[in-house]
Amino acid sequence: MKFDDEPIPGYSLPILPGHYSPGRLERVLRAGKFAVTTEMDPPDSADPAEVLKRAAIFDGYVDAINATDGSGANCHMSSVGVCSLLTRVGYATILQISCRDRNRIAIQGEILGAAAMGACNILCLTGDGVQAGDHPGAKPVFDLDSMSLLEIARTMRDESRFQSGRKLDLPPRVFLGAAENPFVPPLDFRPHRLAKKVAAGAQFFQTQYCFDIDLLRNFMLKVNDLGLLEGPNRAFILVGVGPLASARAARWIRANVPGVHIPDAIIERIEGAQDQKAEGVAICKDLIHQIREIPGVSGVHVMAYRQEHTVAEIIEQTGVLEGRVPWYPGRDNPEELNPESPDAVQEETTA
Amino acid sequence: MEWTYNLFEPIVTRLDPVWRLFGYQRVEKPMAAVERGVKGLLFDCQMCGQCALSSTGMSCPMNCPKQLRNGPCGGVRQNGNCEVEPDMKCVWVEAWEGSQRMSSDGGARIHEVQPAVDFQLEGTSSWLRVARQKREERIIARSGDSAQQETRV
Repeated sequence: MKFDDEPIPGYSLPILPGHYSPGRLERVLRAGKFAVTTEMDPPDSADPAEVLKRAAIFDGYVDAINATDGSGANCHMSSVGVCSLLTRVGYATILQISCRDRNRIAIQGEILGAAAMGACNILCLTGDGVQAGDHPGAKPVFDLDSMSLLEIARTMRDESRFQSGRKLDLPPRVFLGAAENPFVPPLDFRPHRLAKKVAAGAQFFQTQYCFDIDLLRNFMLKVNDLGLLEGPNRAFILVGVGPLASARAARWIRANVPGVHIPDAIIERIEGAQDQKAEGVAICKDLIHQIREIPGVSGVHVMAYRQEHTVAEIIEQTGVLEGRVPWYPGRDNPEELNPESPDAVQEETTA
Repeated sequence: MEWTYNLFEPIVTRLDPVWRLFGYQRVEKPMAAVERGVKGLLFDCQMCGQCALSSTGMSCPMNCPKQLRNGPCGGVRQNGNCEVEPDMKCVWVEAWEGSQRMSSDGGARIHEVQPAVDFQLEGTSSWLRVARQKREERIIARSGDSAQQETRV
């Protein structure tokens, strides 16, 4: 979709009536479009060009890019760093904040800094335990949990004050998100936990990888019964999907990545295929088709770790964007092109 | 466990005149020690000083390696065990089961959002705090009543 009031890249869109953020993601969701978000693997590098290069892969296929915050408790470039580089050229970002590494003093400062740098969406996470990552000897902070983080972020935005009560001169205009995992125990509590997060301030959700449609259907039915998909404080739910590279990779993820539930049937299907990688992509597309049909789902969050190039193909072939081309630098004005996109390189060589 | 716990709290609350006689400050230390003993034995209490047991199905959330006070994280294993401690049952799986068994309004309280922990209160008696709060609430209620009566007059 094209907005008439498209700003100069790096500047914010106007905030529409009833909206909370000057961002594209909120506009797409509130317009009732099926949204697509994805996740960038942040570089282990201080090179800004690398960040832009990794974002360009998604040009034209996603409504926002998640900047992960030490995902899996592994060290990478910070999410504020990644967001700042991306928003400079106009990309819509989702800043992930995890409670694992910082206390409330650091986190509230980061919310202000990120909003000032043009991050319009914040995903409030508890974070994986330090045991999962490359620095198991680190001190786990967990001063806040995802719920109290949401509440603090909402208070900063809506009441213009820190948790301490001290006033803010200008509140952060952010669309608040949270994670949910409908696929792990206690299953009955999961819809209620989503309700609790909505009460704490969450407006959109990105779920853990979905490989079990039946569990998702049940979850969505209960979420709908709880009245969470209607009214001004409704929740927008983006379901997590992603291609599995091989049966071996799937088994490894199931055993080692916290919270990923992969049924045996999925692994057997990949194992039985001649081209396992292609089958992983095919399964991902099948799941998106099925997810699209579930009432109340607002979009998909494609997590294709180290297979980022497959995102365009997956989105293109499932047709979930219905011909819509999400904004990217250069979509409307070639002069705004991401300097690291392949098109930019071509132009230089031809000139 | 809920029953035992429900036995203690009202006693401490009702003994408010006694605590006032000695002074809340002076009974703080011995009371914290009693509380640590009783709740440590029953719930493996970590003395956060702002007890949430009644809204967590009597499962102490401070035993969660991430000290989550509002529900389970997304990393719970399929067998219901903890992401961080594979041999430990998830505190929140227990909390959810516990809340479904609770007789009083405790079952509903698991849905309330718990604010961030105040780490200044760590190690202090949560019972005495409740006792003091309840007394203050009574005072406010009473002054509210008398204010109402005055306006009626």
